[in-house]
Amino acid sequence: MSVIDASIREDFPVLTQEVNGHPLVYFDNAATTQKPRTVLEAVQRYYEHDNANVHRGIHELSNRATAAYEAARERVAQFINAPDRADVIFTRGTTESINLVAATWGDANLQTGDVILLTEMEHHSNLVPWQLLAHRTGAELRFIPVTGDEGVLDLANIDTLLEGVKILALTHISNALGTINPVRDLCSTAKAIGALCLVDAAQSAGHLPLDVQAIGCDFLACSGHKLCGPTGIGVLYAQSHLQKVMPPYQGGGEMISKVEFQVSEFNVPPHRFEAGTPNIAGAVGLHAALDYLDGIGLQAIGQHSFELAHYAKERLAEFDGIRFFGPTTEHAGVVSFVLPEVHALDLATMADQQGVAIRIGHHCTQPLHEKFGVPATARASFYCYNTRDEVDFFIEVMQKIIKLIR
Amino acid sequence: MSATGHSIDELVGNFELLGDWESRFAYLIDLGKELTPFDPVDRCDQNRVHGCQAQVWLKIESVDDGRINIVADSDAFIVKGLIVVLLAIYSGKTSEEVLAIDGQAQLDRLQLASHLSPTRKNGLYAMVQRVRELAELEKAI
Ligand SMILES: Cc1ncc(COP(=O)(O)O)c(C=O)c1O
Repeated sequence: MSVIDASIREDFPVLTQEVNGHPLVYFDNAATTQKPRTVLEAVQRYYEHDNANVHRGIHELSNRATAAYEAARERVAQFINAPDRADVIFTRGTTESINLVAATWGDANLQTGDVILLTEMEHHSNLVPWQLLAHRTGAELRFIPVTGDEGVLDLANIDTLLEGVKILALTHISNALGTINPVRDLCSTAKAIGALCLVDAAQSAGHLPLDVQAIGCDFLACSGHKLCGPTGIGVLYAQSHLQKVMPPYQGGGEMISKVEFQVSEFNVPPHRFEAGTPNIAGAVGLHAALDYLDGIGLQAIGQHSFELAHYAKERLAEFDGIRFFGPTTEHAGVVSFVLPEVHALDLATMADQQGVAIRIGHHCTQPLHEKFGVPATARASFYCYNTRDEVDFFIEVMQKIIKLIR
Repeated sequence: MSATGHSIDELVGNFELLGDWESRFAYLIDLGKELTPFDPVDRCDQNRVHGCQAQVWLKIESVDDGRINIVADSDAFIVKGLIVVLLAIYSGKTSEEVLAIDGQAQLDRLQLASHLSPTRKNGLYAMVQRVRELAELEKAI
């Protein structure tokens, strides 16, 4: 049995509702997670008591807002074990974090012939920004292949793949497969040839303990909304020495130290990369989310999601001809599959009629699905508040749907 | 009447008799099974209707006396069922008739909206759009 008690469901107001006459079963956590009451209250409290702009005013509310915003930065640094809170840049989310690196570090450092190494399982967010960069600079994209349906990285030719690589950018956990990649080993292999490493932690932050120093990455990106925090707030961890030489991303207020009509001087990092009024309430909510998750324990959360996914796979194996995508033994709380003759769209539409929310499609990993030769898979993804009873109900729902179709 | 032999009035009448989602979807799925699947060659990019979460292919099969006979196929059952509904509304009509039809109003008569997600509705309207484009082309000939 899991160490997480189902009573934590009471912390999530959204989970108490019925959808189409059935209790909501939310299995779309890889897309976004639900928010505990403490996060909702923290955001509400901020707006009710402290709301002001940051780093500008000399009045009490601005001081409080600034303190809250910077405390959130400190909290994030602690959460990912960054050496310094200045290593933490607030962004809109993983997507913006990766775009920031590609646009600043990338434009300043890459040229024709340089190689950007990715993997075949990257989310479009960790693919398209690099395509754009390659297009601008003449750099080349290269991909670490994914083995068959078990969906792990094929590292047999990693030394050849690494030739000429300036940056390795890869996902820690695949949102489509649940694969947990050996980021620590890969970062150290890449560093050995002088390449930088970016880890897309969108699916791992909030699912397992993160330690950027142990991983050895130069950049790490994650989103608040995937770890019980609000939407519109995310994080880019970037080592201070890199931030110092990275040109600005967007121009505007906050990111400057001195502005003349023709030229400006830029603020010190990380503020240099946070142009305009930031998502202060989002940062406050993120702070509360990290407190909430640490209160449960990340190890426990990861174990709980894994056990549910494992159990779901066991039960789903009852369905004839089911094809799973992703590793069988070690994986995150994600189950992706297709059923013969049953389109994922039919499945998800009818599951929704019974209050079960699953995701279908290519999960923003279109090239990977092309490789598998399936236009769409169905995905159930779990989090700390999901239960075995919900998995059982999902299986019942699936049985009913298949009867209807066949 | 369309290739599958249903009129929209008949389908609307049948849907009205069905109460819960299970019987409505079961009926939709059964309708979909009446469609003749496309040959692999017709499941091509040219016939593909984009904007649906499932794959959809649609083409004009023939034009008799100015009446456009449309055929379509999908890899998802519910979508096939919706195609039967769509063909009941549009197939076998002249291009003037096709262009005069308020597709949305006809689809709304089925009261399926509460069962369909906005993305699905977009897919349905993408099909309607394609039918209208084909009718425009026919009209221009
Ligand atoms: C692996 C991975 N990377 C990046 C992203 C993008 O995150 P966001 O949309 O929050 O920027 C996601 C979200 O689905 C993801 O799963």
